[in-house]
Amino acid sequence: MPLTPVLTKRFGTNQPWLIDNYEQLDGYAGLRKALTMEPDALIALVKDSNLRGRGGAGFPTGMKWQFIPQNDGNPHYVVINADEGEPGTCRDLPLMMNDPHSMIEGIVIACYAVRANHAFVYIRGEAVHAIRRVSGAVAEAYAKGYLGTDVLGSGFTVDITVHGGAGAYICGEETALLDSLEGKRGQPRLKPPFPATNGLYDAPTVVNNVGTLASVPYIVLGGAEWFKEMGPEGSPGPCIYSLSGRVTNPGQYEAPMGSTLRELLELAGGMSRGKQLKFWTPGGSSTPMFTQEHLDIALDFDAAIKAGSMNGTSAVMIFDEDDCVVRATLKWIEFYEHESCGKCTPCREGNYWMAQVLERLEHGHGTMEDLETLLDASDNILGRSFCALGDGAASPVMSSLKYFRDEYVRHVEGKGCPFGARVLVGAAGH
Amino acid sequence: MTIEVRNEQTGFETRENFRTTIMKLDRPGDPSVFGQSVRADAQAIIARYPAGQSRSALLPMLHLVQSEQGYVTPDGIAFCADVLDLTKAQVAAVATFYTMYKREPTGEFLVSVCRNTLCGLLGGDEIYAALTEALRIGMNETTADGKITLEHAECLAACDYAPVVTVNYEFYDNQTVESATDLVDRLRAGERPAPTRGAPLCTFKQIERQIAGFFDETSLAADANGSGVPTERGIRLAVERGDTAPSYATKPQPSAASGAGTSAPAKSAADQPSAAAAQQPTSEHDAPLDTAASDPAHPAKPEGQKD
Repeated sequence: MPLTPVLTKRFGTNQPWLIDNYEQLDGYAGLRKALTMEPDALIALVKDSNLRGRGGAGFPTGMKWQFIPQNDGNPHYVVINADEGEPGTCRDLPLMMNDPHSMIEGIVIACYAVRANHAFVYIRGEAVHAIRRVSGAVAEAYAKGYLGTDVLGSGFTVDITVHGGAGAYICGEETALLDSLEGKRGQPRLKPPFPATNGLYDAPTVVNNVGTLASVPYIVLGGAEWFKEMGPEGSPGPCIYSLSGRVTNPGQYEAPMGSTLRELLELAGGMSRGKQLKFWTPGGSSTPMFTQEHLDIALDFDAAIKAGSMNGTSAVMIFDEDDCVVRATLKWIEFYEHESCGKCTPCREGNYWMAQVLERLEHGHGTMEDLETLLDASDNILGRSFCALGDGAASPVMSSLKYFRDEYVRHVEGKGCPFGARVLVGAAGH
Repeated sequence: MTIEVRNEQTGFETRENFRTTIMKLDRPGDPSVFGQSVRADAQAIIARYPAGQSRSALLPMLHLVQSEQGYVTPDGIAFCADVLDLTKAQVAAVATFYTMYKREPTGEFLVSVCRNTLCGLLGGDEIYAALTEALRIGMNETTADGKITLEHAECLAACDYAPVVTVNYEFYDNQTVESATDLVDRLRAGERPAPTRGAPLCTFKQIERQIAGFFDETSLAADANGSGVPTERGIRLAVERGDTAPSYATKPQPSAASGAGTSAPAKSAADQPSAAAAQQPTSEHDAPLDTAASDPAHPAKPEGQKD
């Protein structure tokens, strides 16, 4: 399997975030070409390419654009979800820090296609260096006429507002993000209506991930068939796999969709401690974990679902035989407990209780009944909350119990963690 | 990042979700403590959003309040309510939802240790425990000298550099107990160690101003490093192996009649990452390359411009 650097191809070159350098490397060539096309032809092109949203759900991007009602007299908006925070995910931040113009170019093309004149980049508040880079790049793009009134003499007008968040994972959920962008608590909205008709300020809105929009200029330049030369027909294109954890060379590897962990691990120099692979996530903590037996599963949107998980954010977290799956799951559930927005009872209360059950299991106070309690609680969260955060929280619990029930039992029978107790209480007792 | 509170009567630790806790509002708050320049900044924020949508300015304005006062004060809440024509309850409800809005005065440096699963298992738990020992403070507490506020954070989106610590949200990658302890020691001694990725360290208040969207040439830090070995691993390996994405520069146009679009993609020079990218040392500071990886034939700098 060859690597296929497209989105990452400028990484490591001379300050690729500066517009002059970007322009020398095909920068804004896609936009120039797009402006010669009809907006509807652009939507059709993106649809033909089968580009699917890189934010996790894999929804067809062209279809999302097509849902925007045209000639309705209302303002349209494009909102970029740059609230990267899914555990294990570290792909959009490096992209914005190193090549922000590719996203901006994609934004302008998307705005032109769906007839929007204002786009908002909602960047996670903690990602200050990404906010800095994108803000700088937006200013450069205005100065060069790629943004503002009459873009490159086309008569098309577009503005970009960079908006920093304030620390809430839930704002990566598109409707929570819209509420947050409207200055409210970031809680998901009931769907339908969908953002395509009732989005930001109740107007038709496209919400796309950073990598999704950064892919668009290349599709405009290369065409739909070019894009489909990489990966499977239904889930094509290059995918930035973010490898982290017990791997010799963690990092960003851009390969065709549908690559396998066996192939990726080989690229990344294998396991870091010479230990056996034990469990791993194909696309962040919200995607059910995989094990040794899934090394040859194709990691694309369709095949990963068939195998019982999801491609998610292609955040591949890798753990070995010396890592305790109960401890890992406890920490993930503590995350969901902390990040639950509190709107839906099953998610708010379920994660609160699951964290406590997992904590007592890890510390040797658990019972066999706790294992059933965990499954019962997960079952009551899954599908019973407004948004995918609740479903995501059920993933690590259910999948770890599915593949590693024995290890939970060892925690109960051995009255503690078989990998050794970890007392990490600080001086102040916190 | 659960707030742990010990129940006085039962002795058990209870878990409390911070989103359900309330703001400590010990007084009504006085919006007039914010002067003309801050009010002008608030208007500049409002102007970023469409007419009639001023409430969108609330999140950046709360960052602006923190850039002035170091946390969300009753005055700050009153100020946002005043400027945006909201009630103080509406503002406080938003402020309590988000982790980055601080309830207590924050130190000059906010040290955040990722304790999510990946960083935690790779050493983040030990690092956090060591810092609580070294600083004699716990979650969301500040050293007596006002220098450092400590927190454990959720995933900071730098898992390929695990375990990570941020100081005022700038990345200090691949930390150990020793390096993190040394980092806080140096901060307390008045030094400002350079982040691995990010701009030169500034104060908490200054960084909050940036998050509110206010930059100048210095804070934009155009030369600051935003990359490192893991970020560039894939592209460097691709260069080493001679791997490229299918070329779009020389590919024949797909034609329904001839089916030319199905022919094997040709590799073109224009799409091959430069061998120079592989020969350069891996970047500690955005190692400058003479040419772009994707375009070895042309220098990456604008014509006439020299380093």
